[in-house]
Amino acid sequence: MTVSTADVLDYDEVLERFDPVLGLEVHVELSTNTKMFCGCPTAFGAEPNTQVCPVCLGLPGALPVVNGVAVESAIRIGLALGCDIADWCRFARKNYFYPDMPKNFQTSQYDEPIAFNGSLDLELADGTVVEVGIERAHMEEDTGKSLHVGGATGRIHGAEHSLLDYNRAGVPLIEIVTKPITGTGARAPEVARAYVTALRDLLRALDVSDVRMDQGSLRCDANVSLMPKGTTVFGTRTETKNVNSLRSVERAVRYEMTRQAAVLVGGGEILQETRHFDESTGGTSAGRRKETSEDYRYFPEPDLVPIAPSAEWVEKLRATLPEMPWQRRKRIQADWQLSDLELRDLVNAGAVDLVAATADAGATPGEARAWWVNYLSQEANTRGVELGELPITPAQVARVAALVAEGRLTNKLAREVVDGVLAGEGEPDAVVAARGLEVVSDDSALYAAVDEALAAQPDVADKIRGGKVQAAGAIVGAVMKATKGQADAKRVRELILERCQ
Amino acid sequence: MSELTRMTAAELAAKIHTGEVSSVEVTRAHLDRIAAIDETVHAFLHVDTEGALAAAQRVDDDVAAGRPVASPLAGVPLALKDVFATEGIPTTCGSRILENWIPPYSSTVARRLRDAGVVVLGKTNMDEFAMGSSTENSAFGVTHNPWDLDRIPGGSGGGSSASLAAFEAPLAIGTDTGGSIRQPASVTGTVGVKPTYGGVSRYGLVAFSSSLDQGGPCARTVLDAALLHEVIGGHDPLDSTSIDAPVPPVVAAAREGAGGDLRGMRVGVVREFTGEWYQGGVLAAFDLAVEALRGLGAEVVEVSCPHFDYALPAYYLIAPSECSSNLARFDAMRYGLRVGDENGHSAEQVMALTREAGFGAEVKRRVMVGTYALSSGYYDAYYGQAQKVRTLISQDFERAFADVDVLVSPTTPTTAFRIGERVDDPVAMYRADLCTIPANLAGTPAMSVPAGLSDDDGLPVGLQVMAPALQEQRMYRVAAAYEFARDAAWGGPLINRVPELEVAAR
Repeated sequence: MTVSTADVLDYDEVLERFDPVLGLEVHVELSTNTKMFCGCPTAFGAEPNTQVCPVCLGLPGALPVVNGVAVESAIRIGLALGCDIADWCRFARKNYFYPDMPKNFQTSQYDEPIAFNGSLDLELADGTVVEVGIERAHMEEDTGKSLHVGGATGRIHGAEHSLLDYNRAGVPLIEIVTKPITGTGARAPEVARAYVTALRDLLRALDVSDVRMDQGSLRCDANVSLMPKGTTVFGTRTETKNVNSLRSVERAVRYEMTRQAAVLVGGGEILQETRHFDESTGGTSAGRRKETSEDYRYFPEPDLVPIAPSAEWVEKLRATLPEMPWQRRKRIQADWQLSDLELRDLVNAGAVDLVAATADAGATPGEARAWWVNYLSQEANTRGVELGELPITPAQVARVAALVAEGRLTNKLAREVVDGVLAGEGEPDAVVAARGLEVVSDDSALYAAVDEALAAQPDVADKIRGGKVQAAGAIVGAVMKATKGQADAKRVRELILERCQ
Repeated sequence: MSELTRMTAAELAAKIHTGEVSSVEVTRAHLDRIAAIDETVHAFLHVDTEGALAAAQRVDDDVAAGRPVASPLAGVPLALKDVFATEGIPTTCGSRILENWIPPYSSTVARRLRDAGVVVLGKTNMDEFAMGSSTENSAFGVTHNPWDLDRIPGGSGGGSSASLAAFEAPLAIGTDTGGSIRQPASVTGTVGVKPTYGGVSRYGLVAFSSSLDQGGPCARTVLDAALLHEVIGGHDPLDSTSIDAPVPPVVAAAREGAGGDLRGMRVGVVREFTGEWYQGGVLAAFDLAVEALRGLGAEVVEVSCPHFDYALPAYYLIAPSECSSNLARFDAMRYGLRVGDENGHSAEQVMALTREAGFGAEVKRRVMVGTYALSSGYYDAYYGQAQKVRTLISQDFERAFADVDVLVSPTTPTTAFRIGERVDDPVAMYRADLCTIPANLAGTPAMSVPAGLSDDDGLPVGLQVMAPALQEQRMYRVAAAYEFARDAAWGGPLINRVPELEVAAR
């Protein structure tokens, strides 16, 4: 797919003419040990169709049994989002035919979600706080996965045949739906990204999901519509799927705004449809057409009994809620005595948890912050990945910091060690050993190098002896060169001055 | 015919457990009987000779070794409706779409039977996916009523009821969504029980209408049904709708009732179950049965359940709605029939072609009705309204049971009709379940016990006894007492009047 400029309207012009309205639907795969309605394991990446049973394959006669841990997770998510928890709710069947759905209906919730009416505060890069309303959070089961073989894009269109893997079928999902997000104007794409980021951080703090967008355990469908400036009636929306990273959320929203604006300005109509985000072009293409709003023939699931969480149970679960990300940020700011700006840099880099973990592993907060916000952020940018996706752990960073503190590495050497870890060369100590990076801290070896350098430049040596201490720099340079940078320059300088007394 | 096939399950169990006869002998006698006459009756879709004999041998080994037998019914043969998944044994639900499907797992009912040492002879014929009242909707041929081979054995569980009446098995399992245990029992002169919804696990019972389906025992005597009820009943963690409570003491109630004393019992006759659709001979037999109950000391009063008149239409919205969803899984992707998987057909086309070829007319009719009733814009008017009727019917039952211990009615408005008589008139077919459906909608237990022969055609009539939820012991007691009085009046068990089928077979 190519994106020609005629297809989209200049972003500034979009904003002159239209107000965007967003609605974000996030699906979260819970990290329960077993599936939503049966005892099958949920591990990611197993051989296809090895984590299945009569229930999740939809064999005739098999019946579902609700996973209690998943219900607990759903309630905790609801509570963390400030939602009301239903005192009585049911599952419902969402009926539609698709080969990756074993029963040809999805057991979900319809008009009786377990949690509803909450909100989530987001902080944008400049510190602006936006409150996003949460419509509902409900429980459902995931579908299997289709693998389309023979087509150019891996999509069903043009495929020769398809393979089905039902390992994912029945994995517990929580779908979290926002209320319409209005009034964000030019910042709509940024708000979308910030929302998914904030939700991800929240879910991670709750320890209910792996929240890996790349593995599909956190998935975002972005609903976008435009309304002409000055009006309040929402336009026709599209739903963009296949948005697999935070950056893609932002790009997809921005693209849809410019595409829809171009259609509207050209006198066209927006079709209510599903659109497919293309990571490589940053554009979206038409998917399933929703000509009439699809009729899923919802009805209450007769194979399951209603869920009626008692007030005591809900309060017990409320007591298990961990420190929320925003509370944690406030505490960290106080503990580490950060300015608002410093905190924001930390947050914007997605580094809060990483820095905290690094500090927990023994580094000072200052060192930890320097590594993640300065050096590693650049590396993440270069690689185009999230900071947390870099192949280095907080413990490894803390170890490098410890080596520096012990004087065994210079800052320059430390960066080389980190590069080695990022390159997959193993633990920091292994990289030091393999690359021979340790600081030469053996004074006798340094004395020899200093003496050699002084002998090689007798005139400089004389100047130092004559009191021109600043001349020592040339000798330091020579020693550093001779030791291939593995000496501690400060120590070298001390030894030079000692020799020249 | 071997005398062993004429005995009740209780009698057989006693002989097997004392070593008087072996379970293998009993099982062989029934397998021989099936071999001799099932070509004529066609009660079975699959006979598991090897599995049955192996199960019988295990019981005989227990008896020989002096080990306690697995249950009061250990070693007794049984016919299982082909709607229960049985690992390694074909399970078709009477449908082409599941022809040759061999489940990789067993239903809870099948497991409990195996664990109890009950010998499963095979799988019985049924209306496709339990939709029908005559077993004519089976994809694998009709079953004939042993009382008159030109007549239907009831449905959907016609195979199970016919196997009992033909002395092919002393016990059978059925499922009852709108009457599929009770109506076949009524027209074959056998006993059929629909337990309280949730009383018998549905795990592995291929769903027709999940909120109505209920498995239950079938037999030739009330006591045998009670013995089987206690084997298959009770809580199952694999079925969320299963009731976590002890099985009501039905065996004790059946034994108590056999004493023929119903003093202190209040019996309600449902006023609404009479009228133009009822056969004269059925109403006459029912009146005699009520008289018999009075004679046993019961106090009989008339009660009104005004909303029962709406049960049939409500049922024909709820059941098809749920069936349209339950049957969606038969799509050729993972198991069962696959049609059109060539010529570059898409998955969607294969699904459509398979369902077109694999489902019969009645199943398609109900899937269509249900799909329509659940559609947005129609949901409230159809499914929603039907659910409200359901609540009203439950309230009718509650009011009635505040006044009486059990309710009675004819089980079905007519005796067995002729094969082919109603195939072109679905509504006439549906009326066979007029009296049985309310108990399904309310989830309450009900049973049919033979109530003599109709004076206009000489065919069996059924007396339906209904009780409040989890009060099965009441209806067993009444049915057993009535059975005692009836046999006294008729000079022996009614079932002995079934014609000799060997003659017909030749």
